[in-house]
Amino acid sequence: MSMLKLSWKYLLAKPWNTALNILLLALGLSIITVLILIQDQFQNKMNRDAAGIDLVIGAKGSPLQLVLSAVYHIDFPTGNIPLDEARAMSRNRLIKKAIPLALGDNYEGFRIVGTNLDYLDLYETDFSSGDAWKQAFEVVLGSEVAEKTGFGVGDTFVGSHGIAAASHEHDEHPYQVVGILSPTDRVVDQLILTSVESVWYAHDEAHDHDKMEQEVAKTGFPEATEDEGRELTTLLIQYRNPIAAVQLPRLVNSRSSMQAASPSFEISRLFELLGVGISLVQGLALIIVLIAGLGIFIALYNSLKERKYDLAVMRAIGASKEQLFILIILEGILLTFLGAVAGLGIGHFFLYILVMLNEQGALSGLRADVFLNQEWWILAYALVVGVVASLIPAWNAYRADIANQLTK
Amino acid sequence: MIATKSIQFAYEGVPAFELPDLEIGAGESLLVLGKSGSGKTTFLNIMAGLLAPKAGEVLVNGTSLYALRGHRLDKFRGKNIGIVFQKPHILSPLTVGENVALPQFFSKKSVSRDVDRMLDELGIMDKKNKRIDTLSEGEAQRVSIARALVNDPKVILADEPTASLDDDNAGIVVHLLKSQAMRLGAALLIVTHDHRIKSEIDQSITLKRKDL
Repeated sequence: MSMLKLSWKYLLAKPWNTALNILLLALGLSIITVLILIQDQFQNKMNRDAAGIDLVIGAKGSPLQLVLSAVYHIDFPTGNIPLDEARAMSRNRLIKKAIPLALGDNYEGFRIVGTNLDYLDLYETDFSSGDAWKQAFEVVLGSEVAEKTGFGVGDTFVGSHGIAAASHEHDEHPYQVVGILSPTDRVVDQLILTSVESVWYAHDEAHDHDKMEQEVAKTGFPEATEDEGRELTTLLIQYRNPIAAVQLPRLVNSRSSMQAASPSFEISRLFELLGVGISLVQGLALIIVLIAGLGIFIALYNSLKERKYDLAVMRAIGASKEQLFILIILEGILLTFLGAVAGLGIGHFFLYILVMLNEQGALSGLRADVFLNQEWWILAYALVVGVVASLIPAWNAYRADIANQLTK
Repeated sequence: MIATKSIQFAYEGVPAFELPDLEIGAGESLLVLGKSGSGKTTFLNIMAGLLAPKAGEVLVNGTSLYALRGHRLDKFRGKNIGIVFQKPHILSPLTVGENVALPQFFSKKSVSRDVDRMLDELGIMDKKNKRIDTLSEGEAQRVSIARALVNDPKVILADEPTASLDDDNAGIVVHLLKSQAMRLGAALLIVTHDHRIKSEIDQSITLKRKDL
């Protein structure tokens, strides 16, 4: 026998009550766990994906939409921008590097992104097999795309028009896989990368086969004559110096048909908008935890009334006041410890389900099997609730008058 | 083994009263008789170290009980005094065996006699892993005796131990108490108004309330 076992026996004597208290606490804590996990990973992921991109230039529209579509590949693009104007802008001395992106097609929901090899450098990718594209219609798959589709180097597939799944197919131009990237845990894992030329040619009415067999541009902008009227979707910009952050957005927004949006600014704006909702849910979870604490307090307090005799008998056979105090506190701690462990478990499981149901959405790439340091705080918080809830019952047990109890 | 010296006690709002001096040696037994309200149970609680008197002293094996403070008194009681109550008051979440083992856990006394032998001697070995609600009243009282005796106490105090038992069980319980006290060399004190016990134990005192 030990104090812990004795406490446990008393909890087991009321299994339904005990289970209800544990469940209620677990529910509140699991909500907090999910929020913490999502917030942390989402913010992390957002910051990781935007690393190295100081500014996004694209067609006018919502700046948040522009950032979401060009950097995170979740929203639809705002439209296209003329190649000439983009190229002219990229020569500005404030710009260190401009990476062109041409969006428009997908394969089973995975976006086909026309760009150059700078984009691969931006995300510091390695090839797990094959190599980068050299000609039009050669593509490199992100690790998740390769895993989900099962494609290897040499396989071909036909893209669909539009950036979401189930639109009409460009059957004349199969893409050929020439490389597969190693996992990076960044947005590039879920993309199909190719040259800007591939995207252009896929949409051309007439097919010039000579052009398709030429080498494509590996850096900078692809070649095109003015009368072709080529377009890009966005430019990802790296600043040359801090002054650019002040001057460049203003320049783009006022002197061109394009707009500039800063990923870090737009994302902090997004979190500000979401923050209200997150605080609301967090507040609700805290209230549930408080109610669970109250439930534990009431359960212990009530059971104490029925157990006064038991406690007096324990004193009569050699238990000290302090031991009875510890006995009741241990019951509170046991309840909340189990509640916290269950809550953390349920939270992780819930996130696992959420991610599974949302494979290509904003939550994709989140992991349910990571353990954050903040989760220790959840455990500590729960134990504090347990101690506080059992303090008054334990104090009552401590100062109970044994002789009176025993002779009743 | 146990002796009381000029004990006075007072409940709130009631005049204080005096309790007799007595002394019980090793292996001896004493009945304390008296009408209800004569202070029998109060006397027993005082001797058990459960209720501090207004004045006077209780000596158990040479130690003055109320000179011990806080948990020392609890541990001393656990090790040296076995108490049997009118009702068995066994802790229901625990099994019979766990109930009997509990005093050893609380008082941290290492006893040569183990729980099994105690249960065996009281004829309830087959109930060891049973829940409390499966016991008859006589069996339950035997469990409470086993629990009171498992630490080899110097003093055994019993408060109306046979009041809720039939004749057969009452006889068994008194016999057990007597024989165990003899074997342990403990002082046995039984507070009762049960006439069935009087024939079993020769020495007795009758408590009369003496208001001061």
